[in-house]
Amino acid sequence: MLIVLLVALFGPCFTVQNPYNLSAISLSDAYKPPFWVEGGELPFVLGTDQQGRDILSAIVYGSRVSLVIGFLGVIFAGGIGVALGLIAGYFGGKTDALIMRLADVQLSFPTMLIALLLMSFFEQGVSNILIALAVVGWVRYARTVRGEVLVVKKKEYVEATKVIGLPNRQTLVKHVLPNVLTSIIVLSTIQIGNFILTEATLSFLGLGVPITRPSLGMLCSNGFKVLYSGLWWVSIFPGLYIMLIVFGINLLGDFLRDEFNPRLK
Amino acid sequence: MFKYLVTRIGQLVAVLFIVSMLVFFMTSVVGDPLQLLVRQNASNEERQAAMEYLGLDKPLYVQYGKFIVSTLSGDFGKSYMYHTSALRLIAERFPATMEIVIVAMLLSGFIAIPLGVYAGAYPKRMLSKTVMTLSVTGISLPSFWVGMVLIFVFGLHFSVLPVSGRGQVGSLLGIQTSFATLDGWKHLLLPSITLALSNMATILRLTRAGMRETMKQDFIKFARAKGVRNRKVLFGHALKNTLIPVVTVFGLQLGTLIAFTTITETIFAWPGMGKLLIDAINAGDRPIISAYIIFVAFMFVFLNFIVDLLYTLIDPRIDLS
Repeated sequence: MLIVLLVALFGPCFTVQNPYNLSAISLSDAYKPPFWVEGGELPFVLGTDQQGRDILSAIVYGSRVSLVIGFLGVIFAGGIGVALGLIAGYFGGKTDALIMRLADVQLSFPTMLIALLLMSFFEQGVSNILIALAVVGWVRYARTVRGEVLVVKKKEYVEATKVIGLPNRQTLVKHVLPNVLTSIIVLSTIQIGNFILTEATLSFLGLGVPITRPSLGMLCSNGFKVLYSGLWWVSIFPGLYIMLIVFGINLLGDFLRDEFNPRLK
Repeated sequence: MFKYLVTRIGQLVAVLFIVSMLVFFMTSVVGDPLQLLVRQNASNEERQAAMEYLGLDKPLYVQYGKFIVSTLSGDFGKSYMYHTSALRLIAERFPATMEIVIVAMLLSGFIAIPLGVYAGAYPKRMLSKTVMTLSVTGISLPSFWVGMVLIFVFGLHFSVLPVSGRGQVGSLLGIQTSFATLDGWKHLLLPSITLALSNMATILRLTRAGMRETMKQDFIKFARAKGVRNRKVLFGHALKNTLIPVVTVFGLQLGTLIAFTTITETIFAWPGMGKLLIDAINAGDRPIISAYIIFVAFMFVFLNFIVDLLYTLIDPRIDLS
């Protein structure tokens, strides 16, 4: 996991070329296989694509786009979801019913489908992807947080803040929120992985990021076009890297969940 | 039971109403269907005529009224691309999609549940740990990538399986389906595996989690003490008591599978609903998109209803009303 982050942060210093800089790419380098296959050459460790772009460099740059979208998506979806969950759980009554019925309706549809349909109405672009991810992602946060708030608000220290007359907002942010933070962190870890996968899938279908800033999913989609000509490395390696990232995140998520779950101790 | 049915149908109507509003306003606000119909350098009169042909010149609420009326009578309008009824197009593609979904569901049911039972009953064994690691890999894999790898390995490298299209269809019980021919089955295999993989991982993990809790309970010890055969304890007693969450997720996963067919069908050029949707999105063909969304919404409410009914079958103590 740490390695993935380091690669995304500092990787660009070590790659042989900047895949966005057209002058650095030479068409004569196109269709080179990875260096261990016959015909491959060394600067291009994982081969090159149909425009002579180095696959390894493209992966490093692509992973930055994917990770940024994953993190920002979690921040947006988490922000909305946590706020709504706090409100629903703390105030209860009609507000609670309204928010939770909305969540129920949305939960009965798979997130992938909603994201797909949302993106079919939006234009391509990073900000639109983030909107779509926030729309599909808030529900799980809202439900988790609401459930926890229902327990926390019965505790004495929360009742005490009411007695001393603290405004609701202050009670929520200062006293309720810190007590539900663990589950938010655990959920966020898993969600980053989910969002990266969702984004990759959308980009693969051509409904994601614009082609000028390819994410890992976009690279796969690009490589799929030449898969039938036998250029397997163009699409297989970016996909493999997505798997590595998400695998790492899922393992971390599993670990955190077991670590913070009092029932398993 | 009757009261329960009425509430469920009420919910169905409410959900469909909300979905229809969303669909209508989103399709009306975003995208320009005129692009499809008129030439690039069309005159204003030609554009006007096309607007009138599509009914786009009227105010939004009139359009919505017309949309609702025609939707209720099962008419989603004519597709801009194919000039036939959008609903019929979806109905034509539906069997192809269901074929890969059914095979994928069967694959995941018959492979994932037994493995989950095993891994849950004997969590310390080597095989269980391997299975669990594989399942984390399974949920981390992008499904389009699995499809590509399968195409490359089986289609291009070994050239043993076809990788594109639906192959021959034969007639079975009056429906044109790939199940009837060997060629059809060959075409079915790779898309179904692609679809089944992440689904299998989810169901496996869920079954295992449930089994681990159930195996600690007293009635399992009692059954063992009674001398019930091992297989009967695992599948008869333990699995039966973990089945509720599994069935719920199985129902939900069926929905997810239908969503993911868009990707699988794109990769394998499978002529199903998902491919139709993607083509429609790329071409801005609104009637197909709205018909698809409403069709899927309807299907989901229906699926959730079936899952609820299954609960009562699995556990007679559950009373729906």
